[in-house]
Amino acid sequence: MNEALSAETISIAGHNGDEIEAYLAQPTGSEQFGSVVVIHHMPGYDPETKEIVRKFAAHGYAALMPNLYHREAPGASSDDAAAVARARGGVPDDRLVGDVAGAVSSLKALPGANGKVGVIGYCSGGRQSFLSACSLELDAAVDCYGACVVYPPPEGLGLKFTPVAGLAKDLSCPVLGLFGADDKLPSPEETAELSKILDDLGKPHEFHTYDNTGHSFFSVDRPAYRVAAANDGWEKIWDFFGRYLAG
Amino acid sequence: MCTYLTETIKIAGSGKGSAGWFAVSDASVYFDHPVHAMAEHTLNIDFRNPGKGPDARVAVELTYESARELVRAIEATLGSVPPGLVA
Repeated sequence: MNEALSAETISIAGHNGDEIEAYLAQPTGSEQFGSVVVIHHMPGYDPETKEIVRKFAAHGYAALMPNLYHREAPGASSDDAAAVARARGGVPDDRLVGDVAGAVSSLKALPGANGKVGVIGYCSGGRQSFLSACSLELDAAVDCYGACVVYPPPEGLGLKFTPVAGLAKDLSCPVLGLFGADDKLPSPEETAELSKILDDLGKPHEFHTYDNTGHSFFSVDRPAYRVAAANDGWEKIWDFFGRYLAG
Repeated sequence: MCTYLTETIKIAGSGKGSAGWFAVSDASVYFDHPVHAMAEHTLNIDFRNPGKGPDARVAVELTYESARELVRAIEATLGSVPPGLVA
């Protein structure tokens, strides 16, 4: 791995063929590579998640992050766009799946793509990663602390999210789950319940829950960052994607 | 945890953003991870004017204690408004 990469902002065809902004990073000098769709967290298509996209490229994967809030706020800064999306209740599930499908198509069309595509999502993107893996033909999925996969959101929050665990029978690929023991959304009870559902369906998965760790522990720019959990989590991701996407 | 909790209300007034003053018509109030403040969760308020675009926004992220103190100060201030100044 020489860690050489290129990165750029591109347009892709998302849900319903809508043209949306996306951030692409890909390894240079690799003859063949696997690909990853990165689903940003609820705070948006921000510089820190773009750094994650580049990290995948440095590790030999093409990575593409669609701006899920592009329609609400084209050209706006990531925090302003997230504020608009939040005020409107978030991203509809069907639109999310359409945008991820568009990202998958774009990645498969890259010269050098080996045809294998995984998905990873953080926070609300964790749930959306699981939803994508139940809705699209993918090769691997990572859910980083996604809530409302099994349990509905607590009453009174005004959320439009609905549980998606009922779609698990259609799960198309293995799932890696990375969670914090101190998180409340999702709680360890919820992730244990999801693991049981997948066990009962015979769906391959591996879940890891880190002690002394809450939500958003991969966020290097936030107090929630937990270096031990994040470092181990990245090792788990490289191992997991190495098995299912590389080569 | 990511609380996702959001209250949205209609408001009337003005705010000063990066491009100067503008009328604000909406506010979002939520307790969640901040973008900038050094706390795991903060009380966040976006004073917005959606008609003027996403960047027509004045945003604050306050620690829980600061937000409580702000509420107290607002209540105290409004409570001491002399009769006749408001309808």
